[in-house]
Amino acid sequence: MNAIYILCLRQLKRYIRSPARIIGSLGQPILFLIALGFGFKAMFAKAGGGDYINFLSPGIISMAILFNAVFSGIEIIWDRQFGFLKETLVAPVSRLEIVLGRTLGGAIVAMAQGTVVFVICVIAGFRIANPRLVPVAIVFMFLIALLFTSIGTVFGSVLQDMQGFPLIINFLVMPLFFFSGAIFSASGLPKALQFALRLNPLSYGVDGLRGSLSNVFVFNMATDFVVLTILTAILLGVGSYFFSKIQL
Amino acid sequence: MGEMIVVQDLVKNYGDFCAVNHIAFTVPEGKIFGFLGPNGAGKTTTIKMLTTVLDPTSGSIRVNGHDPTREQRAVRRSFGIVFQDPSLDDELTAQENMDLHGILYGVPRAERLKRIDMLVDFVGLADRKNDFVKQYSGGMKRRLEVARALLHKPRILFLDEPTIGLDPQTRNHIWGYIQQLSKEENVTVFFTTHYMEEADRVADDVAVIDHGKIVAEGTPAELKAKTNAATLEDAFIALTGHAIREEEATSADRMRMMGKVWRGAGRR
Ligand SMILES: Nc1ncnc2c1ncn2[C@@H]1O[C@H](COP(=O)(O)OP(=O)(O)OP(=O)(O)O)[C@@H](O)[C@H]1O
Ligand SMILES: [Mg+2]
Repeated sequence: MNAIYILCLRQLKRYIRSPARIIGSLGQPILFLIALGFGFKAMFAKAGGGDYINFLSPGIISMAILFNAVFSGIEIIWDRQFGFLKETLVAPVSRLEIVLGRTLGGAIVAMAQGTVVFVICVIAGFRIANPRLVPVAIVFMFLIALLFTSIGTVFGSVLQDMQGFPLIINFLVMPLFFFSGAIFSASGLPKALQFALRLNPLSYGVDGLRGSLSNVFVFNMATDFVVLTILTAILLGVGSYFFSKIQL
Repeated sequence: MGEMIVVQDLVKNYGDFCAVNHIAFTVPEGKIFGFLGPNGAGKTTTIKMLTTVLDPTSGSIRVNGHDPTREQRAVRRSFGIVFQDPSLDDELTAQENMDLHGILYGVPRAERLKRIDMLVDFVGLADRKNDFVKQYSGGMKRRLEVARALLHKPRILFLDEPTIGLDPQTRNHIWGYIQQLSKEENVTVFFTTHYMEEADRVADDVAVIDHGKIVAEGTPAELKAKTNAATLEDAFIALTGHAIREEEATSADRMRMMGKVWRGAGRR
């Protein structure tokens, strides 16, 4: 229990002490928010979609969480590289405790970044349809964070060095983001894309978030919640498994 | 007096390459055991297997009576380790690194704080303990790693080139304390070093490993007598030859290099 706490706390300390990382990882979501949000605003309204910023913002918040969470998980590679991982691997605590501490810490960091982006979206004109559902939105944000930190943990445990990192960003994280319904609506898509969207775990996170904040669902809240919770549990397990297989 | 480390017929292959080739040795409780050998001989690989972080290809190991491949928790509770490579969190302070270690090892808070104070003072870092480790010199980091390994009062100490980068004063100071621990508290010490005079001075027994095989074993005096050498260094060269070992860069080394490029200079 203490091990989980101290390893989680370590992640938070490292995050707070690295303003470069905090600011750096805001760049991408802000860019997307401004370029897409204002770029497509008029077109979206003309097509009868309503306010595009309201539609896009939950997607951008999801994006910030997705990237930060995957990165937090993959930080295992840094720790391996700079040696600290060894210190935790020889400690008399179970691998599960180590993974839980790291994942929790990484997820909270991703949440924090998501919250900052949330605030930026509101400043940019995002209007929350139903403020009473904000706590529900926070639950979805946390589920997205946990799920993708766990996925990052899987890759961080399997990869030996950072060389594979661009591969993961370009062939996993980017497609997950683009085909999640974060920037466009799932309705009216070609069948193949709709299918891809249904297979993408992030779609359920985006949907839960957009549903609770902007009141438009593709699936429904219960489906989103159940799918995310089950996937998170499974991936935490898979992450712990691969982490426990790490050899020095 | 029991046997703290028992190794029988231990083998580690990396692909076709045999890093540790059917070695056997025992270290009695309270003894200081020097594990010597040229670069790439298999010392660190052996320590990794003894400390539960690398699975052997075959053979059997007992550390404090437990099997590192099956009873990891019991083995991990028994030892403290100074790794050959850096293992601190640079983004934390020395105090935070120590505290994190103490919590991972379940040292109660009051005792933890007391021992941290005692140990940072012992390695001469008392007035720098709240500095970030990234601001430390190489030798200061090393001293902190030694202090950290002692924090939870382990029964066994694994020290993989612990004195690398340390000045002679600090080396003597630290070895003095470790010898005292071995004498007074019966702590068992398994260490590697490339400083032969150091091994001669502190080791009760040594084993010399070369190309993954143990080529000689005994007290430093026995090895000198056997090879007709005046110093342990001469004995070592007599046993392992003059050839310099080419060391293939491992992926870990490459990664470390890349890390330096990525994160800028100034790291050990
Ligand atoms: N992960 C690995 N994959 C492949 N080969 C490895 C790996 N780790 C170590 N080796 C090889 O195993 C051999 C023994 O390495 P080891 O690190 O045990 O040497 P050592 O005795 O500790 O040397 P040094 O004095 O340089 O620290 C070396 O030839 C090394 O290249
Ligand atoms: Mg070595």
